[in-house]
Amino acid sequence: MYDTIIIGAGMSGLAAGIRLAHFDQRVCILERHYTIGGLNSFYRMGGRDYDVGLHAMTNFARKGTKKGPLAKLIRQLRFRWEDFKLAEQNGSSIRFPDSSLDFDNDIAKLENEIAEKFPGQIDGFRSLCGSLLDYSDMDGDDPHFMRSAREVMRTHISDPLLIEMLLCPLMWYGNARENDMDFGQFCIMFRACYLEGFGRPFKGVRLILKNLVRKFRGLGGELKLRSGVSKIHVEEGRAAGVVLDDGTVIEGKRILSSAGNVETLRMCDDISNVEVARAGKLSFIESISVLDRMPKDIGFDRTIVFYNDSKTFRWQRPEDSLCDVRTGVICSPNNYIYDSEEGELPEGVIRITTLANHDRWCALPEDKYSAEKVIQYENAIQSAVRFMPDFRRHVIETDVFTPKTIRRFTWHDNGAVYGAPDKQLDGTTHLPNLFLCGTDQGFVGIVGAIVSGISMANRHCLQSAT
Amino acid sequence: MTPAEIRDEILDILEDISPDDDLDDLDDSKPFREQLELDSMDFLDIVMELRKRHRVRIPEEDYGNLASMSSTVSYLEPKMKDIEKA
Repeated sequence: MYDTIIIGAGMSGLAAGIRLAHFDQRVCILERHYTIGGLNSFYRMGGRDYDVGLHAMTNFARKGTKKGPLAKLIRQLRFRWEDFKLAEQNGSSIRFPDSSLDFDNDIAKLENEIAEKFPGQIDGFRSLCGSLLDYSDMDGDDPHFMRSAREVMRTHISDPLLIEMLLCPLMWYGNARENDMDFGQFCIMFRACYLEGFGRPFKGVRLILKNLVRKFRGLGGELKLRSGVSKIHVEEGRAAGVVLDDGTVIEGKRILSSAGNVETLRMCDDISNVEVARAGKLSFIESISVLDRMPKDIGFDRTIVFYNDSKTFRWQRPEDSLCDVRTGVICSPNNYIYDSEEGELPEGVIRITTLANHDRWCALPEDKYSAEKVIQYENAIQSAVRFMPDFRRHVIETDVFTPKTIRRFTWHDNGAVYGAPDKQLDGTTHLPNLFLCGTDQGFVGIVGAIVSGISMANRHCLQSAT
Repeated sequence: MTPAEIRDEILDILEDISPDDDLDDLDDSKPFREQLELDSMDFLDIVMELRKRHRVRIPEEDYGNLASMSSTVSYLEPKMKDIEKA
């Protein structure tokens, strides 16, 4: 009998597991995949290491910072700052036709850019910054949390183009709702991206995951891979345990699930019908191009470029096509300020992400699917090179993953990357001892997911468990 | 444990929770919150660490007693007087 069973060995499940194991609970993390990471994972192919998910870690903070989510998770998980060893970004850009804004980990840069390019808007931008909710107001109770971010922005900024440009990175890095954003989520992402900024460990997401697993196991936690949960068994209105895909029964006093809200409810054997429409719809296609030289050698030093090819930024699932390449994210893991002792990454890499329709990708027959991956790769790059130097003749290797890939390895409905638009911020379900963590509970992104796991473990599995 | 030993134990827990904080200048009579960047999650950790290390249980309604070092030590003294220092 476990004190807590955790479903999913992604960032949130591992972080929750560390908290519980640290305080002497018997904890087991069950993961259906043969490896850890969930939506932020990694793989090796053709002798090369690839990251999934991580472009940049948001919420950058320098060693010793006391406030903010990164400092909080380091304290709560008893890590040292050196365990993450984040290198700062070179600088990133928001590129629209005829207008571009650069930003880095110092908000003064973005302020100067706005003052220069939108001189009439700088006071409005500053008052918007002043109106942001604090992290301590992020439990969803604040009356402004659920307001429309666009509406709030319009009370400060009168130029619609600046509103679109500021929203573009924030939606790309953490908005599960189509077209608009909850103001609370806007504030979280604004702080995460513009006020705190981007960083990356030299070794990428695997360093973070390996540290999490090492710590969890070191505290006596059990991690079972290839152990998908097919059913949550309910007895007398309480979760009694889980049944694995191979029929194994595992009992626990409580269950913390990162499988997603709808996905978790569907596992419960007291529920016969789950409304799938509530799952998130936004999914992506991402291409990885390995180059024969470093990106800086073709004149590209940006860490991330968020581009959009018209004055209106459309954040929605493409309904009539496989992909929508009008907006996208270009990132290069090379373009960080790594320590001289770490040197440079072995090869130049450009990753490009665009919006994609999960259902359309999954409906393709196998041969068509492979062909479309090539076509859509070319479309995405053709669109992206309007906003960066053309790197196509330097490509020596490529890989592409689609919403179907994301679905196949994460089992999230619709291959949804940022979960459902309506979050279950308190993490509760219809059962008193079944709780949610991860993208459907609250914060998204790497730091957000870890904070989600920590806060749900504290609230539901430590504080109340006496 | 004597009050001095309890104080050392709390310092050790704070050191564990927040290794980057300088605890040498801690003023026992002033609230932790004014001197260290502790939030509610960190206070939960003090409670949980005491439970983990010494099986001392602190009910939620008593959390207010953990505001400063001196209030924490006097609150814990009766609860920890029979515990042998490890």
